[in-house]
Amino acid sequence: MTAVAATGAHSGRRFFFANERTAYWLMVAPAAVLMAAFYFYPLVEVLWISVTEPKPGLDNYALLFTSASIRRTIVTTLRICTITTAVTIVLGYVVAYVLVHASPRAQRWLFLGVLVPLWISVLVRAFAWVTLLAREGLINTTLRDAGIIEQPLALIWNEFGIVIGMVHYMIPYAVLPLYASMRDIDARTVSAARGLGGSRFYTFRRVFLPQSLPGIIGATVLVFIFSLGFFVTPAILGGGKTLMIAEYISLQILDLLRWGLGTMLASTLVIFIFVLLAALAKVVDLKRLFGAG
Amino acid sequence: MSELRQSVVVQRMVKRYGRVAAVDDVTLEIERGEFVTLLGPSGSGKTTILMAIAGFVQPTSGDILLDGRAITRLPPERRNFGMVFQGYALFPHMTVFENVAFALRARGRPGEEVQRKVVEALDLVQLSPYAQRLPRQLSGGQQQRVALARALVFTPHLLLLDEPLSALDKKLRADLQLELKALHERVGLTFLYVTHDQDEALSMSDRVAILREGKLVQFGRPRELYERPATRFVADFLGKSNFIAGTAQGGDGGTLAYSAGGLTLRQAVAGAPPAPGAPILVALRPEKIAVVADTPPDTANAVAGRIAQWSYSGTHFQLLVDTPAVGRMIATVPAWRCRIEPATGATVHLGWDPDATVIVAEDASADSPH
Repeated sequence: MTAVAATGAHSGRRFFFANERTAYWLMVAPAAVLMAAFYFYPLVEVLWISVTEPKPGLDNYALLFTSASIRRTIVTTLRICTITTAVTIVLGYVVAYVLVHASPRAQRWLFLGVLVPLWISVLVRAFAWVTLLAREGLINTTLRDAGIIEQPLALIWNEFGIVIGMVHYMIPYAVLPLYASMRDIDARTVSAARGLGGSRFYTFRRVFLPQSLPGIIGATVLVFIFSLGFFVTPAILGGGKTLMIAEYISLQILDLLRWGLGTMLASTLVIFIFVLLAALAKVVDLKRLFGAG
Repeated sequence: MSELRQSVVVQRMVKRYGRVAAVDDVTLEIERGEFVTLLGPSGSGKTTILMAIAGFVQPTSGDILLDGRAITRLPPERRNFGMVFQGYALFPHMTVFENVAFALRARGRPGEEVQRKVVEALDLVQLSPYAQRLPRQLSGGQQQRVALARALVFTPHLLLLDEPLSALDKKLRADLQLELKALHERVGLTFLYVTHDQDEALSMSDRVAILREGKLVQFGRPRELYERPATRFVADFLGKSNFIAGTAQGGDGGTLAYSAGGLTLRQAVAGAPPAPGAPILVALRPEKIAVVADTPPDTANAVAGRIAQWSYSGTHFQLLVDTPAVGRMIATVPAWRCRIEPATGATVHLGWDPDATVIVAEDASADSPH
């Protein structure tokens, strides 16, 4: 009786999952279908439009090398992203360094300070910067009332304003990977270096900094890639005068209805990011870098 | 003259963490070229003392002197002490060569000198073939030797070792103990060693300082500590001991008679014996007990009992003997040509001479004040 029941149960399982591979694919399927329908399909569609509109061929891509406005936008984007990334990494490094060395109690408060901005809408934050940085904003009026300046400083509607807004947005994304990599550093190696005659600065440069390098690389890539796709912050703080690539794409597609050009730029951006990641993968272990390893 | 011989002095050091005293008024004088071990259980303050000497911990009060000069406020990088950390703390991103070269490069020594001294140091620990490896590519014992070379390469005033062997397996540990001892003789440097392992302390050190709850209990040569422990804690922590609590009766000719469990036992004393009626505590090493099966032995002290439990360790039998007079006693007998047949429940006689035992003091404790 038990033997029969066992066989029945066994064959029953056979019926549902002919083998382990089928079971595996059945379980993966819902997520895979979702990704295919809402992620890969639109991406392929974008690629497709970029080589078919207005007529089939690579004419859109040729514009990368011929159009002065596109080149200007790309150069502006790369410049702002590079400056943003550099400033963010330096500031993020300082914050992460303080975090790692703080007492557990202080650490909780510091973390709150780092994470709270993440919960506030990017739109709200951009407008908050406007009220601070505008011609008649808090900073300019304060400086003028204090007699330090006579003419208001141009803090906004330019690249300076964009960089401030973007750095503010990106800092948590730099702090987290940096903190993770610094936390893995054995504090005794720092003590050992001091004991061996290394001054504070020498020890930092030769022992701490090199060991936090994976975090620096990870944070740099993360921040740079995120910066490339920035839309809201540059649109608001740049005041339409400084055009970055995301805003340029939106302009082509939504206002000028030049789908071919817009999708070409979007595709170029995606390909550029993949190339960047591939190059990075040659240098460091990406899985480990982003916490999967 | 004696002041000139002193190399490192810890003077009335106190270190408090909040209300807890990790180190409580410890004074230690370490002579030049000595191998001194700080021995104690975890929480005894031994590592805190080491860290204060290295400069990583600032004492709450007291001083650290090097050749008579206070260095208490000096940052670690200006003390010129070599240190081997627990777990070694090698720089994982540098090769063995660069690890060892670190102290020389930090001092801005010319490349030729760095090259020569690092090669010398690696030769000293027999690791020359591994110079270009990374620490993670080495075994635990090899990493330990890299840490040693790194700490010795700049000819420090003092070598501090914080449980350097604790991560290694037993056999390797025994080998490295001998190596360390030999190294100490070769380089002639003052070694200050921290461990909780009594065998390590006894086999390597010139002198051992025994710490308990932040206080220095006894400081002396290994043999002296083992044979003449000052307190119950020392007798118990260094090896094993039986303890017999009794009442002093009277002394004559260097022997003290005392009563314990209805018996009169004898104890050798040097100097003035305790006053009659005073409570005394006597420590007796298990291997100093003669165990005989049939008749009471002709030693000055003899008690009878039953074997409650026994075990065999190759070289020895260990017997747990329940005696009506003095409670449970541990005795060890060499297994080779053993004259008794260990068996649970068998009656045996335990005997020992008056000079086999030693009077020890009870330890003052925060939990049970005496």
